[in-house]
Amino acid sequence: MSQNKEKNQQELSRERQEIEETLSQSYKYGFVTDIETETIPAGLNEDVVRMISAKKQEPEFMLQWRLKAFEYWKKMKEPAWQNVTYPEIDYQSLHYYAAPKSDKDRPKSLDEVDPELLATYEKLGIPLHERAALAGVAVDAVFDSVSVATTYKEKLSELGIVFCSFSEAVREHPELVKKYLGSVVPVTDNFFATLNSAVFSDGSFVYIPKGVRCPMELSTYFRINAINTGQFERTLIIADEGSYVSYLEGCTAPQRDENQLHAAVVELVAMKDAQIKYSTVQNWYPGDKEGKGGIYNFVTKRGKCLGERSKISWTQVETGSAVTWKYPSCILQGDGSIGEFYSVAVTNNYQQADTGTKMIHLGKNTKSTIVSKGISAGKSQNTYRGLVKMMKSADNARNYSQCDSLLMTDRCGAHTFPLMEIKNNTAQIEHEATTSNIGEDQLFYCQQRGLSSEDAVAMIVNGFCEEVFKELPMEFAVEAKKLLEVSLEGSVG
Amino acid sequence: MLEIKDLKVSVDGKQILNGINLSIGQGEVHAIMGPNGSGKSTLSQVLAGRESYHIDSGSILFLGKDLTQFSVEERAGEGVFMAFQYPVAIPGVKNTTFLKAALNSVRKYRGEEELDAAQFLKLLKEKSEMLELRDDLLKRYVNDGFSGGEKKRNEIVQMAVLDPCFAVLDETDSGLDIDALKTVASGVNQLRGPKRSMLVITHYQRLLDYIVPDFVHVLAQGKIITSGGKDLAKELEEKGYGWIQDHEKEQTELPSV
Repeated sequence: MSQNKEKNQQELSRERQEIEETLSQSYKYGFVTDIETETIPAGLNEDVVRMISAKKQEPEFMLQWRLKAFEYWKKMKEPAWQNVTYPEIDYQSLHYYAAPKSDKDRPKSLDEVDPELLATYEKLGIPLHERAALAGVAVDAVFDSVSVATTYKEKLSELGIVFCSFSEAVREHPELVKKYLGSVVPVTDNFFATLNSAVFSDGSFVYIPKGVRCPMELSTYFRINAINTGQFERTLIIADEGSYVSYLEGCTAPQRDENQLHAAVVELVAMKDAQIKYSTVQNWYPGDKEGKGGIYNFVTKRGKCLGERSKISWTQVETGSAVTWKYPSCILQGDGSIGEFYSVAVTNNYQQADTGTKMIHLGKNTKSTIVSKGISAGKSQNTYRGLVKMMKSADNARNYSQCDSLLMTDRCGAHTFPLMEIKNNTAQIEHEATTSNIGEDQLFYCQQRGLSSEDAVAMIVNGFCEEVFKELPMEFAVEAKKLLEVSLEGSVG
Repeated sequence: MLEIKDLKVSVDGKQILNGINLSIGQGEVHAIMGPNGSGKSTLSQVLAGRESYHIDSGSILFLGKDLTQFSVEERAGEGVFMAFQYPVAIPGVKNTTFLKAALNSVRKYRGEEELDAAQFLKLLKEKSEMLELRDDLLKRYVNDGFSGGEKKRNEIVQMAVLDPCFAVLDETDSGLDIDALKTVASGVNQLRGPKRSMLVITHYQRLLDYIVPDFVHVLAQGKIITSGGKDLAKELEEKGYGWIQDHEKEQTELPSV
């Protein structure tokens, strides 16, 4: 017996030792398991889609919608027609759900933030109290913004305007989400949009009721709860009859993110006589000077002018990301509806951008305007790709397109692919395109008047983009100009 | 003010200026005349500091300092202004924006306080009224879609605002009809003063009827071959450039006879 007892004790101690050894080892896959972190393991399958939906406590219709998208996505191929190259993405190695970072993982103060990032904030003139929040510092200062946001929200709800996170909209306004989600960008639309439909994390939702003119620019900046929405963002904006809204997305401060792939979807719906103005400043991390790192930004943005005389206007300033693939488009369905696209796309170092728009004319007397300004510097490649499609039903439709490219060096590239499909012979189309180098004569002229070459370049480039900048809300335009200067610093050669 | 000594300049390995000697005193207006290809424009570009022109030898002293040591924008700060023969368009940049940025850069260089928008607009209004130039040009983009006359008038407005102590007028008369020429010349004359020197470069004598120089120099094959008072221009107009070159030849050939 005593022998047995001794044996038992020996075994017990060995077991304990093993347990202790195991516990003291660091996890060999290199990450710390934290009970509070809600991260689903890497990889994508039906269970992951179900888990995302469950974590967000979504209603059944939402889950079914996601599953439908996922089923379809499995059969799709990543597009290869765009004029960009990047290493193959392993979709099974990505994480599709991560809850926002807890304060513990964030920098405690600005002292812990990359000084280079802070220097850029300085150059962009970003107010001190906003820098901490932008750099992801866990500080109470953010409360200021929260209270500002709350004040705004109260004012908006008095007018019946809904402006909330997408998750909240799914819970609070399921009827609107059900009706319009996927009505502009169908779940089967394209590889990245379909992937987004299956796994989107969060985003923004806006509804403007009939006849209401939204009294302020709506900006994600004020919507604190949507920060860290991750790589698969989803936005839906509905402007009911006779309403107006101006929406600002992004900010000029450089945004870093450990997720390399970003595949967002934005859908806009404009009813009869409604107007939506959507402005973007995109400054995701573009990678270093050697082209290492940087975000892949594969975005699907589309608006539908559903009602008569409705209007959708896209204005974008794209300076960030290593690879950009983005075509904010308009479907002009209502008679007399108007679509606009104003774009400045800047590429430097090894950045690649393939961006443009699609204007699909269905209704009679529909009008579209495209103004695209591409600026290439360093060894970058900048492509404009556009489609103007006039369907049979689009009597007296009109389009004006203007694509200008500016080359800052002799090692970069500018490419233009304007496509037109005209099925109605009453259509009128105008297209203008120019490519120019930043002129030695222009620089010399400016310098002779006393401007440094940096100031001269900034001035010439800003002049080149003026037609687009004047479409931006005033303050945004000022920021965009500064951003352009910072993005192109020292790029003439 | 400006002292050029034995200046030799080449472009793409080809020598254009073959030893220029020129001395301009404070408040003086000098004219340089010469046929096409004589090196007139090269001289103005070199003074402004254009990089593609290579100085082989010689010196340029400006207010006692070696001008060649300064970059293009530093020269502007030092007080060198060039009215361009072909002013360049900068689409999308308003004339006022451009001029305000230029003035403030120059003021900063000189250690003067920068002007705010209100102060600048006041100054601009004063200057354009003095020159009797309509200010609608100022609201437009820099030289964008300007007529030849508008461009040259714009150069003079810029000169008035930047207030340089030395101005090079490079073929300011080219592309102007007689009325535009008179307007521009009257602007230039308003800006003449005891503290400002000018170098007027022209192919034709007619500009010098309106901007009467103190001295006239004739440039041929990269050298100043003769200098004189304002009457030299008249003589040149009557007899043509051939006369002066023949004259020169005779003079150089005389000793050997």
